[in-house]
Amino acid sequence: MTVISMEKKVLNENQRIAAELRERFKKEGTLCLNLISSPGSGKTTLLERTLSGFTPQERVFVLTGDLQTENDAQRLARYGFPVQQITTGGVCHLDGRMIERALERWAGMTMDVLFIENVGNLVCPSSYDLGEEAKIVLLSVTEGEDKPLKYPSIFSKAELLVITKVDLLPHVPFDLEQARENARLVHPGIEIIEVSCATGAGMEDWRRWIAQRRAQEGSPMPAAVTV
Amino acid sequence: MHEIGIANEILAAGMQEVARHPGSWLVRIGVRVGELSGVDRAALDFAFAALTKGTSLEAVRVEIETVARRARCRGCGLEFESQPWGAHCPGCGSLDNVLIAGDELDLRYIEVEEP
Repeated sequence: MTVISMEKKVLNENQRIAAELRERFKKEGTLCLNLISSPGSGKTTLLERTLSGFTPQERVFVLTGDLQTENDAQRLARYGFPVQQITTGGVCHLDGRMIERALERWAGMTMDVLFIENVGNLVCPSSYDLGEEAKIVLLSVTEGEDKPLKYPSIFSKAELLVITKVDLLPHVPFDLEQARENARLVHPGIEIIEVSCATGAGMEDWRRWIAQRRAQEGSPMPAAVTV
Repeated sequence: MHEIGIANEILAAGMQEVARHPGSWLVRIGVRVGELSGVDRAALDFAFAALTKGTSLEAVRVEIETVARRARCRGCGLEFESQPWGAHCPGCGSLDNVLIAGDELDLRYIEVEEP
């Protein structure tokens, strides 16, 4: 009987691909953001509102992941920016290889911003690095304010929490302050923005956050945007 | 439920290593899973059983070591276990800390039987 020490990361291969993607995004000045949430928290709607605020000159790209259907890509393609749907079949998350393959179709194109809308799931996507600059987690007020405590993994890895659908606050028993507190308990440094895609509330904060990250990435600041 | 894919990666890595030792066969695999890794232990056990059933790997035992979330306080330097969530430093009460363990998803070792 012989014990052979391995001591390696199980997701080694994904990590390798993610490192390559990150290197490439850095070199090309692409700000890559990985949006993660439960199904129905409003990732696609937030992206729709976001895309509508960019000028046609800006090179904004979107990859959107789902188990089935091209529905989200069709919704997002209306804004005139390149969009690709990644249908995973049954897989509950996107991985580095899927991103790498999808980007082959855009080879040679310069991307200022790449939004990745992950598969709706608060668990598995947190394990897969996609080479992004930041993970962003969405939490809608129709969910529980204890989500950060129930799913600490993603809330501790995300740099930004976007609380969505805040226009519904008068109608739901969601304790906004408690939600913020729970998120900070799991991740003291997490940034928090509250938005409503229905009324446009908070969208300026969200756009400012993106603009700041783009500035850090060395890309030009986006032109003035309207909600 | 991405544990099937993860179990598959682990088995493949184990098999790859075994192939470097001609004649030997795999009997045990050691895995380390952190609380924050996003991997559920029960689901991972199930995935190993489902993948190996009826194959030459069916008898392979999988030992899963779980790692609690640990943090180091940036204020007073104390290292503490912060579970199941909540990261107030028990020493000084500060919330400012850095994660030092709990995010692992590692293949620790394989054990092979030789002829």
